[in-house]
Amino acid sequence: MQLRDITADDIESLAVGAWVLGTGGGGSPYLGLLNMRRLYAEGHRVQLMQPDDLADDDWVAAVSNMGAPLVGQERLTDSRTIARAVALMEEHTGYRFRGIMALEIGGGNAIQPLMAAAHLGRPVIDADMMGRAYPEAQMTSVAVGNLRPYPLTSVDVRGLESIVDKVPSWKWMERVSRKICVEYGSIASTCKAPRTGREVKAWGIHGTTTKAIRIGRAVREAQRRHDDPIAAVLAVEPGKVLYRGKVVDVERRATEGFLRGKTRIEGLDGWRGSGLDINFQNEWIVAWLDGAPVAMSPDLICVLDSVKGEAVGTETIRYGQRVTVIALPPPPVFLTPAGLAHVGPRAFGYDIDFRSVFAA
Amino acid sequence: MRRIGIDVGGTNTDAVLIEEGKVARSVKVPTTEDVTSGIVAALARLAAGGVLANRRIDAVMIGTTHFINAVVQRRQLAKVAALRLGMPASASLPPFCDWPRDLAGIVRGGIWMVEGGHDYDGRPFMPLDMDALRCAAREMASKGLKAVAISSIFSPLDPSHEREAARIVAEANPGAAITCSSDLGRIGLLERENAGLLNAALTELAHHTIAAFDQAIRNASLDAPLYITQNDGTVAEASQAIRLPVYSFASGATNSMRGAAYLSGLSDAIVADVGGTTTDVGELRHGFPREANSVVEVGGVRTLFRMPDLLSFGLGGGSHVGLDPLSIGPLSVGYRLMTDALAFGGRQLTTTDVAVAAGLLPLGERARVAHLGTHLCRQVLAQAKRMVEDAVDRVKVEAGAVPLIAVGGGAFLVPDQLEGASRVVRVSHGDCANAVGAAIAQVSGEVDRIFRDLSRGEAIATAARIAADQAVAAGADRDTLKTIETEDMPIAYLPGNALRVRVRVVGDVAAATG
Repeated sequence: MQLRDITADDIESLAVGAWVLGTGGGGSPYLGLLNMRRLYAEGHRVQLMQPDDLADDDWVAAVSNMGAPLVGQERLTDSRTIARAVALMEEHTGYRFRGIMALEIGGGNAIQPLMAAAHLGRPVIDADMMGRAYPEAQMTSVAVGNLRPYPLTSVDVRGLESIVDKVPSWKWMERVSRKICVEYGSIASTCKAPRTGREVKAWGIHGTTTKAIRIGRAVREAQRRHDDPIAAVLAVEPGKVLYRGKVVDVERRATEGFLRGKTRIEGLDGWRGSGLDINFQNEWIVAWLDGAPVAMSPDLICVLDSVKGEAVGTETIRYGQRVTVIALPPPPVFLTPAGLAHVGPRAFGYDIDFRSVFAA
Repeated sequence: MRRIGIDVGGTNTDAVLIEEGKVARSVKVPTTEDVTSGIVAALARLAAGGVLANRRIDAVMIGTTHFINAVVQRRQLAKVAALRLGMPASASLPPFCDWPRDLAGIVRGGIWMVEGGHDYDGRPFMPLDMDALRCAAREMASKGLKAVAISSIFSPLDPSHEREAARIVAEANPGAAITCSSDLGRIGLLERENAGLLNAALTELAHHTIAAFDQAIRNASLDAPLYITQNDGTVAEASQAIRLPVYSFASGATNSMRGAAYLSGLSDAIVADVGGTTTDVGELRHGFPREANSVVEVGGVRTLFRMPDLLSFGLGGGSHVGLDPLSIGPLSVGYRLMTDALAFGGRQLTTTDVAVAAGLLPLGERARVAHLGTHLCRQVLAQAKRMVEDAVDRVKVEAGAVPLIAVGGGAFLVPDQLEGASRVVRVSHGDCANAVGAAIAQVSGEVDRIFRDLSRGEAIATAARIAADQAVAAGADRDTLKTIETEDMPIAYLPGNALRVRVRVVGDVAAATG
């Protein structure tokens, strides 16, 4: 079995790549990156372990930061809090975790397992449960697999520690853990239901940390060489350019704790004379070319700055930005009937049949 | 109504006299190291021929890039004590954590983090730790730190912990210059705190600089109140500006845009300010520059306070022109134009030389640039046109063509026809648009507080009334007041339908009476 060292430069790339895989949401990885820079400066190091190297009876922690991005801008993410959520889970269950993995590789949550790993001296498992960012806790591969949704530990930096010991479904886990999070002040460091090595091998979405680093490195190297960063992303990932243009309208509304809305992009280059609309619920969900759906969840819709190649988020996209929209293939687990029921267009209220950009 | 506007730039100090709404005179002199003598020289030239003798001046308004230059050039910055309220949260990312190392080394005087702060819904996050606070205040005083920046979690929502901390620091450390982050920015602790740290580092420089401004206008025998222009196109009285110098950071660019609006009579337009090295393009909305709504970096530090949303790029009258392949800027001969450009006997081909060769500018010796062919000139000017068009397209937030006002010494690079602009407007005194903008700056009043037991309408009306009174107290003419911003946010946790209301009003400076 081999562990690979994650370098400081890998983490810089991870922050850029995770933001791309955030598909418009997931929160900026900037504050997590600052934490990791500090931990590495203090001498901490983190290693990466492949899921196939797990023994079937190993235990793995899955972590994420839960809550409102706005609160995260004031109560800044602290690496020790996520480490505490993992330690609390060990105390509660009596397991010793072999490694720590991300719930969500898209956005700021990609960095959370690295922070916990640095403090606890365990490796990060090269896998997550979304392959991107999604707005709700049941939009995961382990929920598609109908794996056990409990227990969950939830930690507030003031010494508040809660355990959701048992719930009958992923939906209930979302409701109850959300309530605790709101009471904390709408931010909580959480360790989700522990997974066995066998479960991670069967249901985890493998290689996503490496994938995020690879995408980020492609963007950063292209920027340094003044090359086209989007071509660089497509050279390392089997994606497709959907559209290139200029943002001409953004419409946002906050409803039920989500940021919903639509952006309109007018074509440039080969797309002149057409228009692309993208609906979002925290993340980009469905793209329509002149009114017809052309890309939808679970395909990853990534809106990138045409010049810099960095991701453009649903919270910050604005008129006049030159963007290139690309699609990346989804994790196969979401293409099954059960997967589509969790994260297909109907799960977001769009009455259309899923058709992949990558369908032959 | 007679006002003097002065823009103290890195290269030139411009001054204009505005009488009854007209530019009566404008002058340009080199900026001097001590600032004062440059202003004195400008005022002397403005007064030449006795135009100011025995005539009342209602106000002198100065805009300056002095403070932002101090940050960018890392000079004349004070050591700052950083006090953050909000432990135990955010402890792993202390103040200065994302500053460039060199600047942090200069400014960081010490860091104190104590319990306190609020939550998003108005609940206290932690009670303010008074003992720790008193201890911190004593330590700062014993280290001799005279500049203090205080930040607190969610202080834009509830600034009470910052205010209380400021009181305790002032008790232990009399004479300390204290900056509270809630006076500066919006949600985003690191960025707001960074703005506060920069502000604290600049307070001493602001004190000296503004005293020098004041001395200069006294030396010129002017008996008029001194105002300093702000990033948002309004002015603060000198005493207020000394406290919050970061609010003057971008006033040079704002003044150009406001001056362009005034000189052209347009209130909704794009402004292109073409200088010697760079062009700033921004958008005027209701006569004011549209503000950036995201992170703004100043000298490598991320901040989040109100700044005009500008696009700057390397196109100016002194920009180097390369022929193979064809290129313009970003290098520039800058203030050495009159010696280094071809048309003046120098060796560097610049955009000015191309304009001279093309017959657009009656400058230098045209014979020296006669070898530049018509086709080449056309190509270079077309490239400059594309650069401006691209910037115009990027700064616009709505589709449709709007007028573009071209100002600044390099405005000749903007052609009369531009894609995305309905027309190109040129104005007299356009090369002093920044000083004109300073002269016409308005006075504002702002209220940002929590109201209880009032309907939404009543709360907003009350806030507007208080803001108006504040503006009048600061020197505004009540008859000209306009509300330019209203924002309200319910605070669910607090009893009594608590509503946080922010209202901002602006008006013209009132004429002096008597």
